Amino acid sequence: MGKSRQCAESCVDYLALELVHHYRTQLQGPSLQAALDAVGERAGRQLAERCARDRAPLLEQLEAVKFICKEFWGEVFRKAVDNLRTNHRGTFVLRDTQFRWLVRLSQNQMPAQLGQPLPAPAAKADLAADFLLLPCALVRGALAQLGWDAAVTADAASLPQVDFTVVMRQQVQR
Amino acid sequence: MEMINAEIFTLTYGSMVRQLVADYEDVEEVNKQLDKMGFNIGQRLIDEYLAKSKTQRCSDFRETAEKIAKVGFKMFLNTTASVTNWNADGTECSLILEDNPLTDFVELPEQLSALKYSNLLCGVIRGALEMVNMDVECSFVKDMLRGDDVYEMRLKLLSSSTESYPFKDDD
Repeated sequence: MGKSRQCAESCVDYLALELVHHYRTQLQGPSLQAALDAVGERAGRQLAERCARDRAPLLEQLEAVKFICKEFWGEVFRKAVDNLRTNHRGTFVLRDTQFRWLVRLSQNQMPAQLGQPLPAPAAKADLAADFLLLPCALVRGALAQLGWDAAVTADAASLPQVDFTVVMRQQVQR
Repeated sequence: MEMINAEIFTLTYGSMVRQLVADYEDVEEVNKQLDKMGFNIGQRLIDEYLAKSKTQRCSDFRETAEKIAKVGFKMFLNTTASVTNWNADGTECSLILEDNPLTDFVELPEQLSALKYSNLLCGVIRGALEMVNMDVECSFVKDMLRGDDVYEMRLKLLSSSTESYPFKDDD
């Protein structure tokens, strides 16, 4: 994408945060999951279209995934994926050891009170799940734009490391 | 400030607006939701503004409006607004944006002509100012997506109070 317009990175953070907040609290309309899936997938498609417009079509599955790991990740999440593993049967695990959208995620820790044990905070991975819906949908949208139908899930058990699992279903006919 | 390619923000915002249009069907409700979401964002964003803008405390509302236009818009959206059309007592003005990154790649279809596409910005300003004890009204009065020559937000100060401790020294 190169020399395009810039804006503050935090704009995206605020928007992503507020999207989760909005769909978590509103009573009517789609669920958090459905809404963020749709929002992310659309944006992911458009981003990938702009990212990949000057290159030859990525016909091989691995090529498409590598494009996601390097260029798409670099553009959207500001660094390349650190580690890519595959079972060679259409499942890929993309490991980002410092996933940028969640590095500042923290739970409210109540101050310790005298004579009382510290209340257990909610597990960070549970807290993170909602905030990973949008990134997963972005990646799924980008793959769809490249012609691949995939399921994308994320595991945040050891933040700030996040493992994204991409399961390719089939190549979309076009 | 860490900067990124604005397309990521612009396209995600566009996708969000589309989702809201699908969710609510009523365009006025979408305008309201955008303003509300902006308000929540503004309440958080003011912290980053105060921490990173290296500006002094504003002495009056005129200065506040200038700071929003010249410093705030620059920091976050990398664009600037101009401040004009002050009323006589300095409580109302217009912020004029000639360049609005939110609306890159956007065209409004006819049936959405009442949509205030960038209404999030009004909410952000309102939310941010509320955190520094200024109650304002903010709304779009001109919108290039609707055929006007510029984007114009009307900003009106309703009330403001200087911060004071809720207790006296001798309490």
